[in-house]
Amino acid sequence: MNGVPLSAYLGLSMFMFSTGVIGVIIRRNPIVIFMCIELMLNAVNLAFLSFARYKFATAEGSLESAMGGPMFVIFVMAVAAAEVAVGLGIIMAIFRLRENIDVDELNLLKG
Amino acid sequence: MPVKLTLEMVIFAALAGAAALAAVGVVAFRNATRSALCLVFNFFVLGFLYFSLQVEMLGITQVVVYTGAIMVLFIFVIMLLNLGSSHLLAEKFDGKKPVGIFFGIALAVLLSSQIVPMFARTESKPLVYPLGDSKVVGQTLFTSYVFPFEAVSFLLLVGIVGSILLAKRRMS
Repeated sequence: MNGVPLSAYLGLSMFMFSTGVIGVIIRRNPIVIFMCIELMLNAVNLAFLSFARYKFATAEGSLESAMGGPMFVIFVMAVAAAEVAVGLGIIMAIFRLRENIDVDELNLLKG
Repeated sequence: MPVKLTLEMVIFAALAGAAALAAVGVVAFRNATRSALCLVFNFFVLGFLYFSLQVEMLGITQVVVYTGAIMVLFIFVIMLLNLGSSHLLAEKFDGKKPVGIFFGIALAVLLSSQIVPMFARTESKPLVYPLGDSKVVGQTLFTSYVFPFEAVSFLLLVGIVGSILLAKRRMS
Protein backbone atom coordinates (compact mmCIF):
# COMPACT_ATOMS: atom_id res chain seq x y z
CA MET A 1 0.00 0.00 0.00
CA ASN A 2 1.17 3.51 -0.72
CA GLY A 3 2.23 5.46 2.32
CA VAL A 4 2.62 2.43 4.58
CA PRO A 5 6.28 1.65 5.27
CA LEU A 6 7.59 -1.89 5.35
CA SER A 7 8.33 -1.56 9.06
CA ALA A 8 4.59 -1.29 9.82
CA TYR A 9 3.99 -4.76 8.42
CA LEU A 10 7.11 -6.10 10.13
CA GLY A 11 6.02 -4.57 13.43
CA LEU A 12 2.64 -6.30 13.22
CA SER A 13 4.38 -9.55 12.29
CA MET A 14 6.71 -9.33 15.29
CA PHE A 15 3.86 -8.48 17.63
CA MET A 16 1.94 -11.55 16.48
CA PHE A 17 5.03 -13.74 16.78
CA SER A 18 5.78 -12.55 20.32
CA THR A 19 2.15 -13.05 21.33
CA GLY A 20 2.39 -16.62 20.05
CA VAL A 21 5.59 -17.21 22.01
CA ILE A 22 3.97 -15.90 25.21
CA GLY A 23 0.95 -18.12 24.61
CA VAL A 24 3.06 -21.24 24.10
CA ILE A 25 4.89 -20.53 27.36
CA ILE A 26 2.03 -19.56 29.67
CA ARG A 27 -0.98 -21.56 28.46
CA ARG A 28 -1.65 -25.09 29.70
CA ASN A 29 -4.31 -26.22 27.25
CA PRO A 30 -2.53 -28.06 24.39
CA ILE A 31 -5.11 -26.96 21.82
CA VAL A 32 -4.50 -23.30 22.67
CA ILE A 33 -0.76 -23.99 22.45
CA PHE A 34 -1.33 -25.35 18.95
CA MET A 35 -3.28 -22.23 18.04
CA CYS A 36 -0.39 -20.09 19.26
CA ILE A 37 1.97 -22.07 17.01
CA GLU A 38 -0.37 -21.33 14.10
CA LEU A 39 -0.25 -17.66 15.10
CA MET A 40 3.55 -17.70 14.92
CA LEU A 41 3.52 -19.42 11.52
CA ASN A 42 1.15 -16.77 10.20
CA ALA A 43 3.31 -13.98 11.58
CA VAL A 44 6.24 -15.39 9.63
CA ASN A 45 4.06 -15.69 6.51
CA LEU A 46 3.18 -12.00 6.81
CA ALA A 47 6.87 -11.11 7.05
CA PHE A 48 7.68 -13.26 4.00
CA LEU A 49 4.99 -11.61 1.90
CA SER A 50 5.75 -8.06 2.97
CA PHE A 51 9.44 -8.52 2.16
CA ALA A 52 8.52 -10.06 -1.19
CA ARG A 53 6.21 -7.14 -1.99
CA TYR A 54 8.48 -4.29 -0.82
CA LYS A 55 11.93 -5.58 -1.67
CA PHE A 56 11.73 -8.12 -4.49
CA ALA A 57 8.60 -7.49 -6.55
CA THR A 58 9.67 -3.95 -7.46
CA ALA A 59 11.90 -2.80 -10.30
CA GLU A 60 15.18 -3.80 -8.64
CA GLY A 61 14.16 -7.43 -8.10
CA SER A 62 13.48 -10.27 -10.49
CA LEU A 63 10.52 -12.60 -10.99
CA GLU A 64 12.49 -15.53 -9.59
CA SER A 65 13.40 -13.68 -6.38
CA ALA A 66 9.94 -12.13 -6.06
CA MET A 67 8.21 -15.51 -6.14
CA GLY A 68 10.40 -16.92 -3.36
CA GLY A 69 8.23 -15.37 -0.64
CA PRO A 70 4.83 -16.57 -1.92
CA MET A 71 6.24 -20.06 -2.59
CA PHE A 72 7.53 -20.33 0.97
CA VAL A 73 4.16 -19.16 2.29
CA ILE A 74 2.42 -21.91 0.28
CA PHE A 75 4.77 -24.56 1.70
CA VAL A 76 4.39 -23.21 5.24
CA MET A 77 0.60 -23.48 4.87
CA ALA A 78 0.85 -27.08 3.63
CA VAL A 79 3.23 -28.12 6.41
CA ALA A 80 1.01 -26.36 8.98
CA ALA A 81 -2.00 -28.33 7.74
CA ALA A 82 -0.14 -31.64 8.09
CA GLU A 83 1.17 -30.62 11.51
CA VAL A 84 -2.29 -29.67 12.79
CA ALA A 85 -3.82 -32.95 11.61
CA VAL A 86 -1.15 -35.08 13.31
CA GLY A 87 -0.97 -32.90 16.42
CA LEU A 88 -4.72 -32.92 17.03
CA GLY A 89 -4.65 -36.71 16.54
CA ILE A 90 -2.02 -36.95 19.26
CA ILE A 91 -4.09 -34.73 21.57
CA MET A 92 -7.15 -36.95 21.02
CA ALA A 93 -5.12 -40.08 21.73
CA ILE A 94 -3.74 -38.56 24.95
CA PHE A 95 -7.22 -37.46 26.01
CA ARG A 96 -8.58 -41.01 25.53
CA LEU A 97 -5.70 -42.41 27.57
CA ARG A 98 -5.59 -39.92 30.43
CA GLU A 99 -8.89 -37.95 30.46
CA ASN A 100 -6.74 -34.94 31.27
CA ILE A 101 -4.91 -32.70 28.87
CA ASP A 102 -3.09 -30.25 31.12
CA VAL A 103 0.37 -30.16 29.54
CA ASP A 104 1.98 -29.50 32.93
CA GLU A 105 0.76 -32.88 34.19
CA LEU A 106 1.69 -34.94 31.14
CA ASN A 107 4.99 -36.29 32.42
CA LEU A 108 4.75 -39.87 31.18
CA LEU A 109 7.91 -39.50 29.13
CA LYS A 110 9.94 -38.13 32.01
CA GLY A 111 12.80 -40.51 32.71
CA MET B 1 9.84 10.90 10.77
CA PRO B 2 6.19 11.99 11.00
CA VAL B 3 3.75 9.42 9.71
CA LYS B 4 1.63 10.78 6.89
CA LEU B 5 -2.06 10.19 7.53
CA THR B 6 -3.16 8.79 4.20
CA LEU B 7 -6.23 6.66 3.57
CA GLU B 8 -4.01 3.61 3.12
CA MET B 9 -2.39 4.25 6.48
CA VAL B 10 -5.79 4.48 8.19
CA ILE B 11 -6.96 1.23 6.56
CA PHE B 12 -3.74 -0.51 7.47
CA ALA B 13 -3.93 0.74 11.05
CA ALA B 14 -7.50 -0.53 11.40
CA LEU B 15 -6.64 -3.97 9.99
CA ALA B 16 -3.42 -4.25 11.99
CA GLY B 17 -5.14 -3.18 15.20
CA ALA B 18 -7.88 -5.77 14.68
CA ALA B 19 -5.31 -8.48 13.97
CA ALA B 20 -3.24 -7.56 17.02
CA LEU B 21 -6.31 -7.49 19.30
CA ALA B 22 -7.41 -10.89 18.02
CA ALA B 23 -3.89 -12.27 18.59
CA VAL B 24 -3.98 -11.06 22.20
CA GLY B 25 -7.44 -12.59 22.55
CA VAL B 26 -6.13 -16.01 21.49
CA VAL B 27 -3.71 -15.98 24.42
CA ALA B 28 -5.87 -14.15 26.95
CA PHE B 29 -9.21 -15.99 26.76
CA ARG B 30 -9.44 -18.94 29.13
CA ASN B 31 -12.16 -20.58 27.07
CA ALA B 32 -10.64 -22.60 24.20
CA THR B 33 -13.62 -21.95 21.90
CA ARG B 34 -13.23 -18.19 22.29
CA SER B 35 -9.52 -18.48 21.55
CA ALA B 36 -10.36 -20.42 18.38
CA LEU B 37 -12.85 -17.78 17.25
CA CYS B 38 -10.29 -15.03 17.89
CA LEU B 39 -7.81 -16.98 15.78
CA VAL B 40 -10.37 -17.29 12.96
CA PHE B 41 -10.85 -13.52 13.04
CA ASN B 42 -7.08 -12.96 13.06
CA PHE B 43 -6.58 -15.19 10.01
CA PHE B 44 -9.44 -13.47 8.19
CA VAL B 45 -7.94 -10.02 8.78
CA LEU B 46 -4.56 -11.39 7.75
CA GLY B 47 -6.14 -12.42 4.44
CA PHE B 48 -7.20 -8.77 3.97
CA LEU B 49 -3.65 -7.67 4.75
CA TYR B 50 -2.35 -10.02 2.06
CA PHE B 51 -4.76 -8.33 -0.33
CA SER B 52 -3.34 -4.96 0.70
CA LEU B 53 0.10 -6.30 -0.19
CA GLN B 54 -1.29 -7.19 -3.65
CA VAL B 55 -0.81 -10.92 -3.05
CA GLU B 56 -4.42 -11.72 -3.91
CA MET B 57 -3.94 -15.43 -4.66
CA LEU B 58 -2.46 -16.10 -1.23
CA GLY B 59 -5.06 -13.92 0.45
CA ILE B 60 -7.77 -16.18 -0.94
CA THR B 61 -5.73 -19.26 -0.01
CA GLN B 62 -5.35 -17.91 3.52
CA VAL B 63 -9.10 -17.55 3.97
CA VAL B 64 -9.91 -20.92 2.39
CA VAL B 65 -7.14 -23.02 3.96
CA TYR B 66 -6.82 -21.47 7.40
CA THR B 67 -10.25 -20.17 8.30
CA GLY B 68 -12.01 -22.78 6.19
CA ALA B 69 -10.09 -25.96 6.91
CA ILE B 70 -7.58 -25.73 9.74
CA MET B 71 -9.79 -23.81 12.15
CA VAL B 72 -12.74 -26.12 11.46
CA LEU B 73 -10.44 -28.97 12.49
CA PHE B 74 -9.58 -27.12 15.71
CA ILE B 75 -13.22 -26.43 16.54
CA PHE B 76 -14.16 -30.06 15.77
CA VAL B 77 -11.56 -31.30 18.22
CA ILE B 78 -12.61 -28.79 20.89
CA MET B 79 -16.20 -30.00 20.55
CA LEU B 80 -15.27 -33.71 20.36
CA LEU B 81 -13.22 -33.46 23.54
CA ASN B 82 -15.90 -31.23 25.12
CA LEU B 83 -13.35 -28.63 26.09
CA GLY B 84 -15.72 -25.68 25.89
CA SER B 85 -16.85 -23.94 29.02
CA SER B 86 -17.24 -27.05 31.16
CA HIS B 87 -13.60 -27.99 31.06
CA LEU B 88 -11.73 -24.87 32.12
CA LEU B 89 -8.37 -25.77 33.53
CA ALA B 90 -8.19 -24.49 37.08
CA GLU B 91 -6.14 -21.35 37.35
CA LYS B 92 -3.10 -21.87 39.52
CA PHE B 93 -0.37 -19.38 40.02
CA ASP B 94 3.11 -20.46 39.12
CA GLY B 95 6.30 -18.66 38.31
CA LYS B 96 6.07 -19.69 34.67
CA LYS B 97 3.55 -17.00 33.83
CA PRO B 98 5.38 -13.75 34.68
CA VAL B 99 8.65 -15.20 33.40
CA GLY B 100 6.98 -16.17 30.11
CA ILE B 101 5.39 -12.75 29.67
CA PHE B 102 8.71 -11.09 30.48
CA PHE B 103 10.59 -13.18 27.92
CA GLY B 104 7.91 -12.55 25.30
CA ILE B 105 8.00 -8.79 25.77
CA ALA B 106 11.81 -8.87 25.79
CA LEU B 107 11.75 -10.80 22.49
CA ALA B 108 9.32 -8.30 20.96
CA VAL B 109 11.40 -5.31 22.10
CA LEU B 110 14.65 -6.88 20.91
CA LEU B 111 13.32 -7.79 17.45
CA SER B 112 11.50 -4.51 16.96
CA SER B 113 14.38 -2.32 18.08
CA GLN B 114 16.75 -4.08 15.70
CA ILE B 115 14.62 -4.53 12.60
CA VAL B 116 11.80 -1.98 12.51
CA PRO B 117 13.97 1.20 12.31
CA MET B 118 15.91 -0.28 9.38
CA PHE B 119 12.84 -0.41 7.17
CA ALA B 120 10.97 2.69 8.40
CA ARG B 121 11.75 4.49 5.15
CA THR B 122 11.10 1.57 2.80
CA GLU B 123 8.01 2.72 0.97
CA SER B 124 6.17 0.52 -1.49
CA LYS B 125 7.25 1.07 -5.06
CA PRO B 126 5.07 0.14 -8.01
CA LEU B 127 4.58 -3.59 -8.41
CA VAL B 128 6.56 -4.90 -11.40
CA TYR B 129 6.24 -8.65 -10.94
CA PRO B 130 2.68 -9.86 -10.30
CA LEU B 131 2.99 -11.73 -7.01
CA GLY B 132 -0.69 -12.44 -6.62
CA ASP B 133 -1.42 -13.63 -10.14
CA SER B 134 -2.57 -17.25 -9.99
CA LYS B 135 -0.99 -17.95 -13.40
CA VAL B 136 2.42 -16.77 -12.23
CA VAL B 137 2.09 -18.65 -8.93
CA GLY B 138 1.15 -21.85 -10.73
CA GLN B 139 3.92 -21.55 -13.29
CA THR B 140 6.56 -20.97 -10.62
CA LEU B 141 5.19 -23.78 -8.46
CA PHE B 142 5.35 -26.33 -11.28
CA THR B 143 8.73 -25.29 -12.73
CA SER B 144 11.25 -23.99 -10.18
CA TYR B 145 9.56 -25.48 -7.11
CA VAL B 146 8.36 -28.81 -8.44
CA PHE B 147 10.59 -30.89 -6.15
CA PRO B 148 9.42 -29.16 -2.92
CA PHE B 149 5.88 -29.47 -4.25
CA GLU B 150 6.23 -33.24 -4.57
CA ALA B 151 7.91 -33.44 -1.16
CA VAL B 152 4.95 -31.57 0.37
CA SER B 153 2.51 -33.93 -1.32
CA PHE B 154 4.36 -36.87 0.23
CA LEU B 155 4.32 -35.12 3.62
CA LEU B 156 0.56 -34.59 3.38
CA LEU B 157 0.06 -38.27 2.50
CA VAL B 158 2.08 -39.30 5.57
CA GLY B 159 0.08 -36.78 7.62
CA ILE B 160 -3.24 -38.29 6.50
CA VAL B 161 -2.12 -41.83 7.37
CA GLY B 162 -0.62 -40.73 10.68
CA SER B 163 -3.64 -38.77 11.84
CA ILE B 164 -6.00 -41.64 10.99
CA LEU B 165 -3.79 -44.09 12.88
CA LEU B 166 -3.55 -41.77 15.89
CA ALA B 167 -7.22 -40.84 16.11
CA LYS B 168 -8.52 -44.37 15.50
CA ARG B 169 -10.28 -46.06 18.41
CA ARG B 170 -8.23 -48.97 19.65
CA MET B 171 -9.86 -52.42 19.45
CA SER B 172 -9.35 -54.08 22.78
